[in-house]
Amino acid sequence: MSAQAEPVTFAFTPEYRARADKIIARYPKGRQQSALLPLLDLAQRQAGWIPRAAIEHIAEILEIAPMRVEEVVSFYTMFHGKAVGKHVVWLCTTTPCWLCGSDDIVARCKQVLGIELGETTPDGMFTLLETECLGACVNAPMVQIDDDYFEDLTPDSVQAVLEAYKRGETPKPGSQSGRHTSEPAGGATTLKSRSATR
Amino acid sequence: MLDDKDRIFTNLYGFEDWRLPGARARGDWDGTKEILAKGRDGIIDLMKKSGLRGRGGAGFPTGVKWSFMPKQSDGRPHFLVINADESEPGTCKDRDIMRHDPHKLIEGALIAGFAMGANACYIYIRGEFFREAEHLNVAVAEAYEAGLIGKNACGSGWDYDITVHRGAGAYICGEETGLLESLEGKKGQPRLKPPFPAASGLYGCPTTINNVESIAVAPTILRRGPEWFAGLGRPNNVGTKVFCIAGHVNKPCNVEEVMGIPLKELIEKHAGGVRGGWDNLLAIIPGGASVPLLPKSTCDTILMDFDSLREVKSGLGTAAVIVMDKSTDVVKAIARLSKFYMHESCGQCTPCREGTGWLWRIMERMVKGEAELEEIDLLEQVTYQIEGHTICALGDAAAWPVQGLIRHFRPEMERRIVARKQARVARAA
Repeated sequence: MSAQAEPVTFAFTPEYRARADKIIARYPKGRQQSALLPLLDLAQRQAGWIPRAAIEHIAEILEIAPMRVEEVVSFYTMFHGKAVGKHVVWLCTTTPCWLCGSDDIVARCKQVLGIELGETTPDGMFTLLETECLGACVNAPMVQIDDDYFEDLTPDSVQAVLEAYKRGETPKPGSQSGRHTSEPAGGATTLKSRSATR
Repeated sequence: MLDDKDRIFTNLYGFEDWRLPGARARGDWDGTKEILAKGRDGIIDLMKKSGLRGRGGAGFPTGVKWSFMPKQSDGRPHFLVINADESEPGTCKDRDIMRHDPHKLIEGALIAGFAMGANACYIYIRGEFFREAEHLNVAVAEAYEAGLIGKNACGSGWDYDITVHRGAGAYICGEETGLLESLEGKKGQPRLKPPFPAASGLYGCPTTINNVESIAVAPTILRRGPEWFAGLGRPNNVGTKVFCIAGHVNKPCNVEEVMGIPLKELIEKHAGGVRGGWDNLLAIIPGGASVPLLPKSTCDTILMDFDSLREVKSGLGTAAVIVMDKSTDVVKAIARLSKFYMHESCGQCTPCREGTGWLWRIMERMVKGEAELEEIDLLEQVTYQIEGHTICALGDAAAWPVQGLIRHFRPEMERRIVARKQARVARAA
């Protein structure tokens, strides 16, 4: 997978092209470059990453130089300039997660998948990447897998999440420790007068 | 402690329905047309009277900021841009607002946009918040469907469009002009100011950029009256605030509390106390990664507001409290932040691009004590060579945590250097 060849051509499927046109229409006339980030996101959802051919395709649609697209691809963390696994596991290791044991989460992920940070499993299923703060700090430590956050992790619970993905399941995102969202564990200390609040 | 009746974000944790019927039941979109009928100046005046200071970190008075927009359009459209690029380490409050109370943000966006003569609003949300963007998109669609936004929004005669725009992973896009560049489809490299966005922002048009929380509290303030909001907290530091409490506490959480709550009370009432008890506290970072840390002695009595924290050479920032107990390697905790700033520097200004790397490399040596005692001063000098010498505040943000560490934990840094030297001498003997 990691050695996946650079495709010669890329074009949005009719469905994605329709979505792209809708996105472009959200911005003022002559400001179609604003659609660049959303279009790159679409291309990545279609191809799994951003091949060179996609850069040229999007540049053509938006009527901008391919270089303007390329520099954006390399500037933003979420765009993959090379092929990645089917599932991308983003490990947050910034201070709030680190204080709560992200080192152990990283170690367990490496062990379970048998790869180092920045690598893809030989079967092309997982890519493991270190990332900066993902903004779920009161639910640290946490990881992002594809579009979902998995929070309040322990080495065992992150292993369970990864193994579920391995079995082709979609594990339930959010807190893995049983709390609802960002309230204090064991029950909220506020908003108790509200009937729906436990 | 704040009474529940004074809480704005009554669905902060998402126990209730976040969609339009639930939002209406909580009082959102109630009398919005009457609020708009107060007119641009009327709304701005009320916001000024409320004393609301921006919730994104800088604490600039929100009503004053809105008043900077031109009173008459010169033909260029006006824009409201909402900064939902929540990326300051420790901070996760806007996430809860967007996923659990999105209609507060959307109603606020209409009112704020109207008050600045804008017919269009972009909500720039960090790309990783995919699920939160989904909620926002659903809520925006509901608002269009119900006639709350769109043509003749709320029957006010004002047309208003809202677009949710996802970023793609770059801390610097939380800087307001970096955000505008990104929204225009470019690298998120901040712009030189002036011109300020109110004169020339998105697409060269008058633009105001506000944090999610600043906008989301506006409808409630206008419904309940500025006196209510201004009556909470203490002068110049008023209202309610969503605090994030992360790190070494028993129950990390987000909570809406009164501005100026004592830090100790905040942690003990809502976050289950410091792991191992208050006396096990080493230090806290009170307002997100950018602000200098505070030693326990300061934490004992400090109030959580703009002016109190400024007096102790730190800041309220985003009100994201990162707690470190006595088991923490505090040098390593700050070194990790230096790595963060190095990674997130956009590379535009030399002092920041080169300096953040310098800081990180020296800090990594400081963690192990692989340094000379004089290098602590050198490290501090490097921070001052970055601070104030860059286009945007990322350089300052990289400098401050290291300055705070040296200010409060210099003996610990020295101890490591001396211990390492002694170990080397002992080995040689």
